[in-house]
Amino acid sequence: MIYEVEIVTQRKVATGCYRLEMYAPEVAQAAQPGQFLMLKTSITLDPLLRRPFSISAVDRERGLVKILYRVVGRGTALLAGRKLGRRLNIFGPLGRGFTVPPNGRFLVVAGGLGIAPLYFLVQRLKALGNEVVVFYGAQNRFKLLLLEDLAAMRVELFTATDNGSSGHKGTVVDLLRTKGIPPADLIYAAGPPSMLKALAALLQEAEVPRAEFSLEERMACGTGACRGCAVKVITEEGPVYKRVCADGPVFLAGEVVWE
Amino acid sequence: MKPELEVNLAGLRLKNPVLTASGTFGFGLEYARLVDLGAIGAVVLKSVTMRPRQGNPPPRVTETPAGMLNSIGLENPGVAAVVKTVVPELKRLGAKVIASVAGETAEEYGEVARRFAAAGVDAIEVNLSCPNIARGGLTLGCTQDTAAAVTAAVREAAGDLPVFVKLGVTGGNLLEIAGAVAEAGASGFSLINTLPGLAVDFRQHRPVLGNVTGGLSGPAIKPVALWAVWQVYKAFKLPVIGMGGITSTSDALEFFLCGATAVAVGTGNFVNPCLTTEIIAGLGKALAAENISDIKELIGAAHNRA
Repeated sequence: MIYEVEIVTQRKVATGCYRLEMYAPEVAQAAQPGQFLMLKTSITLDPLLRRPFSISAVDRERGLVKILYRVVGRGTALLAGRKLGRRLNIFGPLGRGFTVPPNGRFLVVAGGLGIAPLYFLVQRLKALGNEVVVFYGAQNRFKLLLLEDLAAMRVELFTATDNGSSGHKGTVVDLLRTKGIPPADLIYAAGPPSMLKALAALLQEAEVPRAEFSLEERMACGTGACRGCAVKVITEEGPVYKRVCADGPVFLAGEVVWE
Repeated sequence: MKPELEVNLAGLRLKNPVLTASGTFGFGLEYARLVDLGAIGAVVLKSVTMRPRQGNPPPRVTETPAGMLNSIGLENPGVAAVVKTVVPELKRLGAKVIASVAGETAEEYGEVARRFAAAGVDAIEVNLSCPNIARGGLTLGCTQDTAAAVTAAVREAAGDLPVFVKLGVTGGNLLEIAGAVAEAGASGFSLINTLPGLAVDFRQHRPVLGNVTGGLSGPAIKPVALWAVWQVYKAFKLPVIGMGGITSTSDALEFFLCGATAVAVGTGNFVNPCLTTEIIAGLGKALAAENISDIKELIGAAHNRA
């Protein structure tokens, strides 16, 4: 579960956004869509903690694992500066990922870097020969990542941007509201908290029975021990805190208490 | 020759002196697929209260320079659940178990300790220094009277088991509190807990943590922890479990030299889940390299050169 791996490629894909590919055959084999890795971004004690990153794609044949990330602080800035061929200490795959049914029709709703775990999911769903519709929103067209890759997988794609530079002008949830929620056996989503909250409300209005959302929270251990990444969830016994890292990161939209 | 790592902590014999710090290793089982729990000196459980506690609102953790702040708020499923599901499983895996007890009153601490003692744990740690709860924890650990009352209640409830009282360095005078706790029957000390701290998001003009304040841990607090171990070792005859920012074998050695009989790895577990067993191996090598036959030779040795 803990590996020293080699960085195979690292490429800037948009302002402040990077796609990093590492050679990690064990992880490539084991990883399921929605799972994540905890990476050490430094070999010193500062920054100290590992950082969680969704797995954005795997190539089992070549043993490759990819992540997609934005530089948001010192840890990610250090990661972006890592050179090819350098070693990277990774812990994973971690967490409980998305349900991947063998067949059906699926809707994927991505906001910003939420595309990272969802891209891996789409890859897996398409490999099983399923029909996948993707609604994808971002600030502007430059921040819509992996569009060519999605097109190559022949998904039905609808985009939204805040400034209207690609697709619908507005949020991806607005777009979904305007166009109507396409019929799907299961809906998946990942993105910023405000988007997930709005989407959960829309799905509730539309009486959609089941949607799986991938959540993010600050983490320390990544493996359920520290109870640091709490999310409030409704259970039969009332609301309780669950751990994003070990009970999730994928939760049902209907069980999360959106605060 | 293989150096001797076995230590005796107030009657608790440990095959090596490396423990996990309470709260940083869950209930041990979270790490069972990564670490041989039977190979660690002892697993110190996350603090447990009488009834389940939900813990504090998120965000609960944030990174700080060479450390982190947490405000978990003693989230735990309550002593009945831990005694039933966790303790037997840890025993089955061959682990020595030190239960960390917490509560809002001396009576609650005592009752939780009694349940753990009945469940067959190997020792009790008394968390008198959690900074993240409104009642109990540090609020009881900051005066001599309340710290002594809690210690006495646990001492009485724990039967023959060693009782280690975990103190911080804020809230009261460390040596005065330690003295009161020793007088009340503590078998030894665990030093130190997290230090109170705060992080602010300057962009959003608000505190980062949901509970506003938190406890600082990690390498940033190591010098404070070494100071506390030094002071308490010098003032009392009781054994000390030293902790605070240990991330390497050399960090552990520094604690032994200051007077710790055992050390606990805390925040370091989050970065490297195998750190405890790596330090156990590292201590063996470090001692062999210096021709030291027994780790006990190092305990407090730096005091002779001060």
